[in-house]
Amino acid sequence: MPHRLLPVLLALFIPSLAVAAPSGGEVDRSVAMFEGATGLIPWLVVLPILMPLIGAGLSLTVRSRSSVQHRIAFVALLFGAIAALALFLQVSANGPLTMVAGNWLPPFGIVMAVDPFGALLVLVTALVGLAGLAYARGDVDEAGTHFGFYTFYCLLIAGVTGAFSTGDIFNLYVWFEVFLVSSFGLIVLGGRRVQLDGAVKYGVLNLIATTIFLIAVGVLYGFTGTLNMADIHLVVAELDGAPIVTVGAMFVMAFAMKAAAIPLHFWLPASYHTPKVIVSALFAGLLTKVGIYSLMRVMIMLFADQGSMFIPIIGWLGVITAIFGAVGALAQVDLKRMAAFLVVSGVGVMLIGLGYGTEAGLTGAIVYAVHSILAMTAIFLVLGYAQRLSGVTHLTTGTNLYAVHGLAATLFLVFGFAAAGLPPFSGFWPKLMLVEAGYQTGDVFGIAGIVGIILSGLFTTIAIGRAWVLVYLRPPQEDGVPDPEPTLEPGASTRPFALALVALAALIVAMGLFPSTVIDAARSGAQGLLDPAAYLERVLKVE
Amino acid sequence: MSTLIFRTIAPYLSALMVLFSVFVLLRGHNEPGGGFIGGLIAASALAIYGIAYGVDVVRRALWVDPNALAGFGLFMAAVDGLSAILAGKPLLTGLWFVPVIFGVEIPLSTVLVFDVGVYFVVVGSLASIALALEESD
Repeated sequence: MPHRLLPVLLALFIPSLAVAAPSGGEVDRSVAMFEGATGLIPWLVVLPILMPLIGAGLSLTVRSRSSVQHRIAFVALLFGAIAALALFLQVSANGPLTMVAGNWLPPFGIVMAVDPFGALLVLVTALVGLAGLAYARGDVDEAGTHFGFYTFYCLLIAGVTGAFSTGDIFNLYVWFEVFLVSSFGLIVLGGRRVQLDGAVKYGVLNLIATTIFLIAVGVLYGFTGTLNMADIHLVVAELDGAPIVTVGAMFVMAFAMKAAAIPLHFWLPASYHTPKVIVSALFAGLLTKVGIYSLMRVMIMLFADQGSMFIPIIGWLGVITAIFGAVGALAQVDLKRMAAFLVVSGVGVMLIGLGYGTEAGLTGAIVYAVHSILAMTAIFLVLGYAQRLSGVTHLTTGTNLYAVHGLAATLFLVFGFAAAGLPPFSGFWPKLMLVEAGYQTGDVFGIAGIVGIILSGLFTTIAIGRAWVLVYLRPPQEDGVPDPEPTLEPGASTRPFALALVALAALIVAMGLFPSTVIDAARSGAQGLLDPAAYLERVLKVE
Repeated sequence: MSTLIFRTIAPYLSALMVLFSVFVLLRGHNEPGGGFIGGLIAASALAIYGIAYGVDVVRRALWVDPNALAGFGLFMAAVDGLSAILAGKPLLTGLWFVPVIFGVEIPLSTVLVFDVGVYFVVVGSLASIALALEESD
């Protein structure tokens, strides 16, 4: 009887909502603190962040006992995922949910606010985090655990979840820093020379992007006088002749760099193939999507009409990124570098959806983001698994893996086709929706977007098919090329790898066959971005 | 740096600094101070002790790994943020208990617990960095 409990719990929260509700769309700034009880429901907003954070602290505390750390991280992320699921259900049913830290009311207090868009991404992040943790059990050795892998892993999940949940733009920057710091830790894990090389490129470029982001936040605060996202939306809409172009350009630059849009993409393929597979997979799945998320949140919701001049620019960037990302994938011999370019290509597809600026376009982009988180994580993981089984890293060596380990080879094809957008996998629906959205706009950019999406899909299919034939089907050559050495210790269990991969494959196929849950959530997310009335009402209590 | 004067004075100096760091931590709620500054002072105390007597001595004196201390601090702060759930208040809201012991009011709060968590994070992370740097010499 949870449906009986829900209204009771809600009732605890509703009276506090009714406190200080001024009329006329004005924000009442005289009420800085709010008295009264908070129910349990709003806690769902912060639990998906707090649980991994607690896991990170605990696993660092027991650093010397590496066997316990995996269990701690698993329990923490499991609770986080359960909370994320509850949050998703709650937000889908009742609209945006907020939690005001320390009882200080917005716009002065820091508010965590989750709308359907954020809730969807929080849920996917939690699920991918769990699947990745299963894989990590096989991938991360004793030394890696002692170095603090699970601490950084939990912190990364907490940071990404926090970025998806916050309703305060400076707080968004803080969460960027949280996952950036943990990603620095993860990327040097193992300490090989090539890793440090990749880490320097990754670190420098990301620090520059974060700095530009921080400067942009500072300038925005300078002329709006507020950091609360809902409040910024209201203030910016009234402004005339504000330096929106300057700030907008800085935000676009910073987030495009984070999302790895061409021409700011070069750090991604240069660094993503160097760290441990589980680390690359997590980065490929989650980190670029935070850039896309922030771009949508800031350019669409915060700036609304004032930022409309940037939308076509972002869209054209997307077309270029989608096509050349996929072309880049064709040009690679190293399998992981190929996958890294597929990530870039997918970012382009999302930017095209953003560039349409319509509800249909944004919905497609959000569904694609969900798909991309699953598919890109999965493709890196399966490449890592295949490398462990056969030692293969390049297209130049055939292994005939399909005959020996059918599971890995089949799953590579599944994930690759999902990334390319072939049915019945998850990538098909968002691409279809984006093509439809482009058709509806009916202008030159609409057509360019369609061309970009289709070309990216075509090139991706070719790249995946080629890799499949050359690596997974071709028997080992006899002409003097030495067989690569498998890195999986003989007798070691393959179960953690298979478990994670099958779980991700199940999610991808489920999303391909029953897409309506994700599409509905994405649609209400897109509506919330274009018309954030419900969000404003929940955060600022304006009517 | 192992001059006689320094080696003689270092233990007293370190002890004094650790004591002072606790004082700074406790007065931090309404006056300048708090967990972060207190943690910095305590970490410098450990660094000074390390310069005088070597890293091994400090590690032995600490009992626990400084990283573990930092992790425990993070755990403490996060759980403290969660504790407001019991009082029906939102995240990180300060809850106060003022017991009177021997006629003296002692204000205790979850804010203090959070600050102690910050203290541990700062001591742990900075001490582990400082000790690692001193070790490589």
